Amino acid sequence: MKPFDYRRAQDVSGAVALLSADPQAAFLGGGTNLVDHLRLGVVAPGLLVDVSRLPLDRIEPLEDGGVRVGATVRNSDLAADPLIRERYPVLSQALLAGASGQLRNLATTGGNLLQRTRCVYFQDVSTPCNKRAPGSGCAALHGYQRYHAILGGSPECVATHPSDMAVAMAALDARVLVRGPGGERGLALTDLHRLPGDEPWRDTVLAHAELITAVDLPPLPAGARTRYRKVRDRASYAFALVSVAAVLVVRDGRVDDVRIALGGVAPKPWRAVVAERALRGGPATEANFRRAAEAELAAARPLDGNAFKVPLARNTLVATLRELAGGTPR
Amino acid sequence: MTQTRARLTARAMGTPLDRLDGTAKVTGTARYAYEQPFAEPAHLHPVQATVAAGRVTGIDTAAAEAVPGVLAVLTHRNAPRLAGTGDAELAILQDDRVAFRGQLVGGVVATTTETARYAAGLVRLTYDEQPHDVELRADRDDLYAPESVNGGYATDTAQGDVEAALAAAPVTVDRTYTTAMCHNNPMEPHTTVAVWADGALTLYDSTQGVYAVRAAVAPLFGLDAEQVRVVSPHVGGGFGSKGTAHAHVVLASMAALVLPGRAVKLALTRQQLFFLAGYRTPTVQHIRLGADLDGRLDAISVDAVSQTSRIKEFAEQTAVAARMMYAAPNRRTTHRLARLDVPVPSWMRAPGECPGMFAAEVAMDELADACGLDPVELRVRNEPAADPETGRPFSSRNLVACLREGARRIGWERRHPAPRSRREDGALVGLGVAASVYPVFWMPGSSARIRAGADGRYTVSIGAADLGTGTWTALTQIAADALDVSVERVDLRIGDTAFPRATVAGGSSGMTCWGSAVVHAAEELRDRYGHEPPEGAEATGDTGENPDTERYAMYAFGAQFAEVRVDADTGEVRVPRLVGVFAAGRIINPKTARSQLRGGMTMGLSMALHEHSYMDAQLGQVANHDLAEYHIAAHADIGSLDVSWIDEDDPHVNPMGSKGIGEIGIVGTAAAIANAAHNATGVRVRDLPITLDAFLA
Amino acid sequence: MEADITLRVNRETRWLTVDTRTTLLDALRDRLGVTGPKKGCDHGQCGACTILLGGRRVNSCLALAVQHDGGEITTVEGLADGPDLHPLQRSFVRHDGFQCGYCTPGQLCSAVGMLAEARAGWPSAVTADQEGPVGPGPVALSEAEIKERMSGNLCRCGAYAAIVPAIAEVAR
Repeated sequence: MKPFDYRRAQDVSGAVALLSADPQAAFLGGGTNLVDHLRLGVVAPGLLVDVSRLPLDRIEPLEDGGVRVGATVRNSDLAADPLIRERYPVLSQALLAGASGQLRNLATTGGNLLQRTRCVYFQDVSTPCNKRAPGSGCAALHGYQRYHAILGGSPECVATHPSDMAVAMAALDARVLVRGPGGERGLALTDLHRLPGDEPWRDTVLAHAELITAVDLPPLPAGARTRYRKVRDRASYAFALVSVAAVLVVRDGRVDDVRIALGGVAPKPWRAVVAERALRGGPATEANFRRAAEAELAAARPLDGNAFKVPLARNTLVATLRELAGGTPR
Repeated sequence: MTQTRARLTARAMGTPLDRLDGTAKVTGTARYAYEQPFAEPAHLHPVQATVAAGRVTGIDTAAAEAVPGVLAVLTHRNAPRLAGTGDAELAILQDDRVAFRGQLVGGVVATTTETARYAAGLVRLTYDEQPHDVELRADRDDLYAPESVNGGYATDTAQGDVEAALAAAPVTVDRTYTTAMCHNNPMEPHTTVAVWADGALTLYDSTQGVYAVRAAVAPLFGLDAEQVRVVSPHVGGGFGSKGTAHAHVVLASMAALVLPGRAVKLALTRQQLFFLAGYRTPTVQHIRLGADLDGRLDAISVDAVSQTSRIKEFAEQTAVAARMMYAAPNRRTTHRLARLDVPVPSWMRAPGECPGMFAAEVAMDELADACGLDPVELRVRNEPAADPETGRPFSSRNLVACLREGARRIGWERRHPAPRSRREDGALVGLGVAASVYPVFWMPGSSARIRAGADGRYTVSIGAADLGTGTWTALTQIAADALDVSVERVDLRIGDTAFPRATVAGGSSGMTCWGSAVVHAAEELRDRYGHEPPEGAEATGDTGENPDTERYAMYAFGAQFAEVRVDADTGEVRVPRLVGVFAAGRIINPKTARSQLRGGMTMGLSMALHEHSYMDAQLGQVANHDLAEYHIAAHADIGSLDVSWIDEDDPHVNPMGSKGIGEIGIVGTAAAIANAAHNATGVRVRDLPITLDAFLA
Repeated sequence: MEADITLRVNRETRWLTVDTRTTLLDALRDRLGVTGPKKGCDHGQCGACTILLGGRRVNSCLALAVQHDGGEITTVEGLADGPDLHPLQRSFVRHDGFQCGYCTPGQLCSAVGMLAEARAGWPSAVTADQEGPVGPGPVALSEAEIKERMSGNLCRCGAYAAIVPAIAEVAR
């Protein structure tokens, strides 16, 4: 770990100003991912600006029936919040499927979105990785691929985004509020993370010194049922092989509205727009769910070591929709 | 030469005494190696090779040395020369050769851990990198037969005519099974605190054997054994990986030599354990069974292939259990090794039996299938009257009783013989069984000293180890019965070469060997001083010899049953129930014994479903080298775990009548789970770990 | 770079100067001699370093000490009330909920924090996966709940099957 300076930001504009003034500075939230990377030598900022105590720790109802989640709200508080549990059970489920109780007590909403891939090569500085060391190559293309992408990867990088929370937020049409040197802006959560293309070192569209301040969740359509289903090797405390966040409205046996995001399969929370299009307006039957899942996964380009994720993603999506189409609403 | 006169009467033995080190462990006051208090210790961080084969051609330590707080940078250019370099794993920093990726090529000593680690990252090395070869395959043309395999067993055995018997057998199984490379991963990473002062080296080391460490380290530095003291009262798990000294102990000792008078602390990182602390070799096992239509075995053939390192041989004894487990007139076993550019493999809980019995017991399940026979019944039918290999009678063998009791406990009669017959809540459900076995080892060379104190108290000293195994408690119970006093009057001292010599905590032999020594010391004390010895009266005893080890085949046996659920959509595998029934002689402490057996089965479940050190062939290293990606079972993976044992009276094994229980719990678990998964789904998994990929349709 | 900080550790105020790189875990173990919290992985992947920070369980290996200046910390050493062990400590001994003991301080601190979370009505993946309305109020801790909530604490000795009943007994 390279020596670094530490400053505690007093307010949002102060935090942004500190970073603006120092290209080697980085924001510090809960630390659950950044401290890993400092220790491993993955990153080596000269200054950490602690934003974890900024007054962004509220969960507030919005006038349109939605909810605003502050960027420093801890994952555990968000998962347990009555408003979230009532209106967006899929988000609570996703948070609780991630990490462990003690990690969720440290991790923040903003930090969770900005956590970086758990690709083993990204985290091992003695190995090639285009995301960490541009131009050094991608060891995963001929190596350990179990947790790597089947959708949206590039010849430069096939790492997956590890967040569960972000997958649920993607399905919820969440918007991210950002403060930067030039003021405030908002963007769809699905536009926050980017695909690697030929610049795999850029995880998101945020510029240096841009700080996530909140995430807005719009209201769900009436009659919506939601579910987060995570499939992993260990029964708990493991990253997803595949996860599905789904919002489903069925009327008279037909799919009235549907939103689906997949986790563990792509470099970003993967909004399954092809499957959604295939489902909307059609009968809510298992055969249709399967056709939609297969349509989405037609674009999959699996590696030798993760080809199983194609049938796994298909089956998990079908099972999740099947469950949502039956049973009682939540 | 000591020889036991009479069997010990159990008074304290057999009682479920709470762990005597329990309070210290739940209050955080039990000190592990790293936690020995020293004023201003120095901290050491290793530098590891980033190529898998080749030579170090350039070293630039300037940037590291320039960091304030750095006390020394060790490389092969300046490290102390070692006197004995017979063990190439330990002969670090003596030349420029690199034999595996992650090998120790240097170390940085600094005033803080942060500085040492940061500066270690600044040491610049260049290499003449050579092609490496890390792939274990059974079809390699360079496999070789070692002189013997771990435990001193013969490499190959043959009885009868296996090929003819297989050709004639009406039912055969001919399959290849593989087990994964696994890492022990004790929760306490390997740690050494080294102090060189007044011509003596003191090591506070996380080890399963203080004497084993001393024996390894003293000659390396040209020291007499008495000049090296090793201390290790509490050990945070080992499972074999702390059974022998590994290279980091040498690095810490070198740093102490360079900084005389100052304690040097070295705690390996979790990631470094995947390179430097031993591991279970992957295995490839070709098994052929020949049987009649009633399932009676006529031929058993096992060809086991495993890997070893370029610099030091370790030969896993994968096939030895097949030599004695079931009756069959025609039998052969072979062991072959591939010498690769990999870290040095070593012991991991039940080396040999654990991977070997996975393959053999899945093969038995396949044979039961082929014969249309119940798997429990198949095993009962092949019970041998005596050890098939040596012809010796078993000192006790109660496998059948374990199978029957386990079947009762799991509700075996409700098992559907046809796979894929039971579906509950979207999951396919099945039951499976496998047998367990582990030898009773008698290792001479332990001594114990008992000193009478005031008020009828006794201090029992022996350089034994407790790595969670319950030694503090069980050995105290043995001593109490040997002295015929209550356990409250016994003060046990272990984990220090200041105490009499003890063998390593390995091969499930601790209680047998140390316990025998304690019993003999007590007999000696009573012989000399009677039942009211004067304060200060002392006696010693040693393990001695047991002529019965030459007359009898001595093993513990067990039966494991698993219920497995496989999600019909996702293939996720869960194990809601495990039942283990064991026959392991007298159980000294039912409470700690249950923990030992349960712990073995838990690790067996972990091996079955999770553990796989993925060897990246291009890089020549394990890719998933941390606990986020190398999964060990977590709380949520463990369902109901029913452990029991049958009363077994074995007069031959040792004065206590006990058999080791540290390892048998892991033997057979993975096979029981694989067999249950087959019963659930109809999919036969022959390669560990059993992950959801196998069941996806 | 260094910083002066104050930590309240087991009801005692401690002043110290730390490297900004120092974690709470290393500050406790190396600087303050509080060696109850253990270093198992140093990456939040095992839970052995779990402490209570402001009453909440956290991985002390991922918390920079300087970030938690003024923090109120309870380690395993602070669970007992003088000579009287915490009920969980007694239960762990009685159930033999450990072997080597290295994960035990983390298991205990995690269990204390977990019981408080359940009392506060926090859901877990097990609770959240259940159908039907979720109400406020304490969560009844089934074995499945305890296992899920404790899964951030690995035990290589495999004492899980004893830890869960040890916790369940106290949770009742």
